[in-house]
Amino acid sequence: MAAEVLGGAALALLLVVPLLLPPYFLEILISVMLFGYLGAAWNILGGYAGQFSFGHAAYFGIGAYTSTLLFLRLGVSPWLGMLVGGVLATTFGLAAGYLSFRYGLRGPYFSLVTLAFAEMLRVVAVNTKAVGSSLGLVIPSREAAPWHFVFGSKLPYYYVILAMAIAALWVTRRVERSKLGYSLQAIRENEEAAEAAGVDALGMKLRAMAISSFMTALGGTFYAQYFAYIDPAITFGPSVSIQGLLQAIVGGAGTVLGPVLGAFVLTPVSELSRAAMRGRAGVDVMVYGLILILVISFLPHGLMGWARRRRRAGA
Amino acid sequence: MTLLEVDGVSKRFGGLTAVSSFSLELAAGEIVGLIGPNGAGKTTVFHLLSGFQPPSEGAIRFKGASIVGVKPHAICRRGLARTFQIVQPFVNLTVLDNVMVGAFNRTDDVTAARRRATEVLDVVGLGPRRDALARELTLPDRKRLEMARGLATQPELLLLDEVMSGLNPTEIEAIIALIRRIHAQGVTLLIIEHVMRAIMALSQRIVVLHHGETIAAGRPADVARDPRVVEAYLGTAS
Amino acid sequence: MTADLLLQAAVSGLLLGGVYGLVASGLSLIFGVLRIINFAHGAVMMLAMYATYWLATLGGVDPYLSILVTGPLFFVFGLVVQRVVIEPNRFAAEHNQLLLTLGLALFLENLALVLWQGDFRTVRPAYANASFVLGEALVEVPRLVACGGAVIMALALYALLRTTDVGKAIRALAEEPEGAMLMGIDVGRIRAVAFGIGCASVAIAGALVTPFFYVAPDVGEAFNIMAFVVVVLGGMGNFVGALLGGFIVGLAESLGATLLPGSLKQLVVFALFVLVLLFRPAGLFGGGRGR
Repeated sequence: MAAEVLGGAALALLLVVPLLLPPYFLEILISVMLFGYLGAAWNILGGYAGQFSFGHAAYFGIGAYTSTLLFLRLGVSPWLGMLVGGVLATTFGLAAGYLSFRYGLRGPYFSLVTLAFAEMLRVVAVNTKAVGSSLGLVIPSREAAPWHFVFGSKLPYYYVILAMAIAALWVTRRVERSKLGYSLQAIRENEEAAEAAGVDALGMKLRAMAISSFMTALGGTFYAQYFAYIDPAITFGPSVSIQGLLQAIVGGAGTVLGPVLGAFVLTPVSELSRAAMRGRAGVDVMVYGLILILVISFLPHGLMGWARRRRRAGA
Repeated sequence: MTLLEVDGVSKRFGGLTAVSSFSLELAAGEIVGLIGPNGAGKTTVFHLLSGFQPPSEGAIRFKGASIVGVKPHAICRRGLARTFQIVQPFVNLTVLDNVMVGAFNRTDDVTAARRRATEVLDVVGLGPRRDALARELTLPDRKRLEMARGLATQPELLLLDEVMSGLNPTEIEAIIALIRRIHAQGVTLLIIEHVMRAIMALSQRIVVLHHGETIAAGRPADVARDPRVVEAYLGTAS
Repeated sequence: MTADLLLQAAVSGLLLGGVYGLVASGLSLIFGVLRIINFAHGAVMMLAMYATYWLATLGGVDPYLSILVTGPLFFVFGLVVQRVVIEPNRFAAEHNQLLLTLGLALFLENLALVLWQGDFRTVRPAYANASFVLGEALVEVPRLVACGGAVIMALALYALLRTTDVGKAIRALAEEPEGAMLMGIDVGRIRAVAFGIGCASVAIAGALVTPFFYVAPDVGEAFNIMAFVVVVLGGMGNFVGALLGGFIVGLAESLGATLLPGSLKQLVVFALFVLVLLFRPAGLFGGGRGR
């Protein structure tokens, strides 16, 4: 019961407070929601299934570029382009996942191969004039056109990403409490033992990959519409992959709230450190690196994991 | 009816022959013991039966259908489950969740799986510990958990790999009783064991492996007296 | 596509490949002993390049000479980092140890960015443009020296592993951790030394390439990825494989450059990487740890 009340209160705050926030803080909140969303997407494959992808930027980029190209070249609404991007990303993810899982890539080897796939897409994008090469793509018009996923102010974007984040939490919870969730966690803990208990490891991991890649791609479209500019480095680069991963690890991989909690902690930290150093490039990521080292060393199951252990010990 | 037919199965790893021309027939409802000195190839036989390793040659038929080349989870789906010599619990999951994973072998429904898992936990005596994390269990309880997880898959044939190792005499007695309960539920059992007392008490018949080959088979009393078996062991465990 | 072009590509590729080999052998050593993939390997190289830059710019020290300083300096750096960051977590889950070195990489790369900004810097000693002609190919002296230096370093490392007590202890630990402990080898110390040696070798590689490369916070990233590819190709933990793999990857990269425009040459290397990971994860020469 307490959880429901807290959840309702949090939701109410998240719905109302932004109406009162000055633009700078609203921007930060949007970033929190976006990173939390990406973290939740990564979490399905990374936290629950234990397959640490270092290349989720691949799906982010596919989503961003697909919807943007469809919009700029064919006038297709990014709302629709979002779904197309999702499907394309899922196809790519399933192909990459099938190759990797079928050939038994686990742990660091899986991480490396996903990194390679994302980098390959980045290199292709950089060298393809049709998608703008290194210069990327700009979404020119900033006139409000909601049916084209373009809003005149930041507030509607916030509510969109809030809805996406809530949906992501809902999906995570549904997965966690389903046969898929149990199977994924068993695979994460011990894939051989899971197989011996009847778990189709390959099938389950592919399912997780499909959900994870689809969700990540939608995030890519949001990014494109919100920032109105994408290029290969931003969308296919390692920083996006690391962002998603970081929120989940710090907040608690394999938990529902972990990624969003992680985002609420990391984003302000990043903003503060940047402000403290007068906007010097790299401070925020440097702090991220330090936090990652500290979290792995002292809170290996993230904040949610630590909270759960405290609760168990107390009980 | 014949549940399992193993016909001339061999397994070679490079130059090493782990199992040589192994044959075995199990009828439904039997308890058969598989014994032999360390390195005799017993666990390799389990790997072959459960699909973790393909045989180099020979046939394996479960319920009349070949299971060679079939993936482990599919073999489990067909009704053949196993435990591991070194227990492999899902350490960060609760006892109940561990067993539910097995229960999902027969259902997609979470409630049904939970119900089945709870029943099985009661059978093995882990009911009170259902909300403990697997990492918190003692070794004897981990063994029970391993068996519970296998049992939850509703197997027709359960392969038990040295479930008594590391247990004291009281714990061994308890596991023997548990195995009898499992058998009473209609599960066919193939048991690898070093604890002679247990194997003699439980098995209806025994197969003895040495250097990958079957050197004796028959009733426990006969096998125990067989000079080849005594020689192979050169001093048996309790 | 002329024979001259191919020859030039082959020469450039092999020369750079020698450096890749040195970088990769350090990575391979670290993996062999500590069983972790050191994501911060490229970052250490980058720091060493900055050290070389500052020694040259502020102290007038020739980059090759400065190896006498940067080598030992980064050996100690490696010792400290291993003891402070990695060793306390040696029983952590495998994926967490990977994240640890990732965190280290992020920290070091961005520390450099914060301290020295993203501007490209260069060190160009007098001989930077020296070159001679070999047949139809142009050989640039700094690249030749870098390759030669890398090969000499790698061979020295090999000799160290084969003949010295420390080297034997390292190999013992890589092959059989529990046995090594039982033999009385101070495992903690050897693990630190191995990491130190890995860092020292990649630092020396960094000093060697500084005369013809640029110095910037992101320069390590490219070598990082190359090192992963080489190590997987050569077999994780296979020292000699890393050296040979370096030449193969260097060759593949520059031949790829003759076939594909722009930075698409990287695709050749990545494709090779993915193929080896999928089909021969133990490396082309075997002896690696596999999946």
